[in-house]
Amino acid sequence: MYPSRFAYESPKSLAEAVALLDAGKGEAKILAGGQSLVPMLKLRFAFPEKLVDINNIPGLNYIRFDADGSLHIGALVRHEDLEFSDEIARRQPTIAAAAPLVADPIVRARGTFVGSVCHADPQGDWAATMIALGGHLVVQGPKGKRTIEMKDFVLGPYATALNYNEIAIEAVIPAPKGKAVGGYLKLERRVGDFATASVAIALDMDGDKVLRAGIALAGVGGKTIDANAEENIAKVAELVAAKAEPRTDHRGSSDYKRQIVRTFVKRILTANSIQKAA
Amino acid sequence: MSLFEEVKTQPNDDIPVRRITINVNGEARTSNVEPRLLLADLLRQGLKLTGTHKGCDTTNCGACTVLFDGRPIKSCTMLAVQADGHNVKTVEGLATASELHPIQEGFKEKHGLQCGFCTPGMMMAAAALLEKNLNPTEDEVRWALSGNLCRCTGYQNIVKAVLWAAEKMRAESN
Repeated sequence: MYPSRFAYESPKSLAEAVALLDAGKGEAKILAGGQSLVPMLKLRFAFPEKLVDINNIPGLNYIRFDADGSLHIGALVRHEDLEFSDEIARRQPTIAAAAPLVADPIVRARGTFVGSVCHADPQGDWAATMIALGGHLVVQGPKGKRTIEMKDFVLGPYATALNYNEIAIEAVIPAPKGKAVGGYLKLERRVGDFATASVAIALDMDGDKVLRAGIALAGVGGKTIDANAEENIAKVAELVAAKAEPRTDHRGSSDYKRQIVRTFVKRILTANSIQKAA
Repeated sequence: MSLFEEVKTQPNDDIPVRRITINVNGEARTSNVEPRLLLADLLRQGLKLTGTHKGCDTTNCGACTVLFDGRPIKSCTMLAVQADGHNVKTVEGLATASELHPIQEGFKEKHGLQCGFCTPGMMMAAAALLEKNLNPTEDEVRWALSGNLCRCTGYQNIVKAVLWAAEKMRAESN
């Protein structure tokens, strides 16, 4: 299978790449790992006029934990770089759990983390992981850099908030508020298949206390789904509080007592006040 | 018009081709290619290195696996122009003139192939694994080969072949 004809550019700098995209007026496409794009070109699901290959731009291949604990993943970091990183295994368990489940080992040697996020496949592993972790992307356009929060990034299947003349240069995962805990599970019919369903959960814990919770889903909708963990706990608390039949007395008003129920449910569900069997 | 042509002369500016030089199995090979030409097709049809097989042509089967700067890639899923200035190793690069590579020997010793179609990809994926880890467990071998499909063997003998090669390579490196 051959893709349809396109012009190919391999700029040596970000500025040059952005200028090429800008001149492309939406008909130019970024080529990073190409593990989704090249198959789509071959099947002619995609037929851009121009490909802007960013693989020769220096300075985009890094996995870095800053002093504040935030994780920065450059645009040319391959999936397997994350899979085999000891520091990721030690400090970002949700990413460590997802990395070996992305596609197959050979695709992981070439495909990129940031490219996968930007591809916004509803079955993609990394967009879900990023949403669960509350991450954001740093993107470079003709007028400079801006930040896009993951929750605002995926707009639909293969659709993102990225403008045609912007490149996502870095994914950022904020420092966990306590200890990072999390997991990623995916059901696939065989290695390399798309997800039948997958769930990413990332928690920031202080002992038994959940300081932050993120849950996201892939493969079970038209786009990556943010399950809004914190909002849902609030909803449960609301439903439970509605069951209460408090009366105003010398211990407090009925509204006050209902608010106490709501608060207690939230505290227990976020494990702030959980009692464990010995 | 052919999509590829190995040439020694300057390309014609009117043709939408690019002049690329790839180090293939240690030898610099220069070609004019259209950007849409896939690396697998350049290797097979342009450079006549038909050891690299095209199985599914959809990034699934791994038959076209080659080493790109030492990393395994599916050559049906990379443009030939992207390999300009890089090192590519195909299955032809495993053996020397006089002897088989231990991985090839292993496949022979352990009956790691039946129809042989997936074998070049299996060998290159195995080569990438053994490059990083000369003492893999059976699980690690299975994991490393999980992007390569075989419809004949049931994989048992392929795994044995790679473990055999690892043992031989360890013995040779001591």
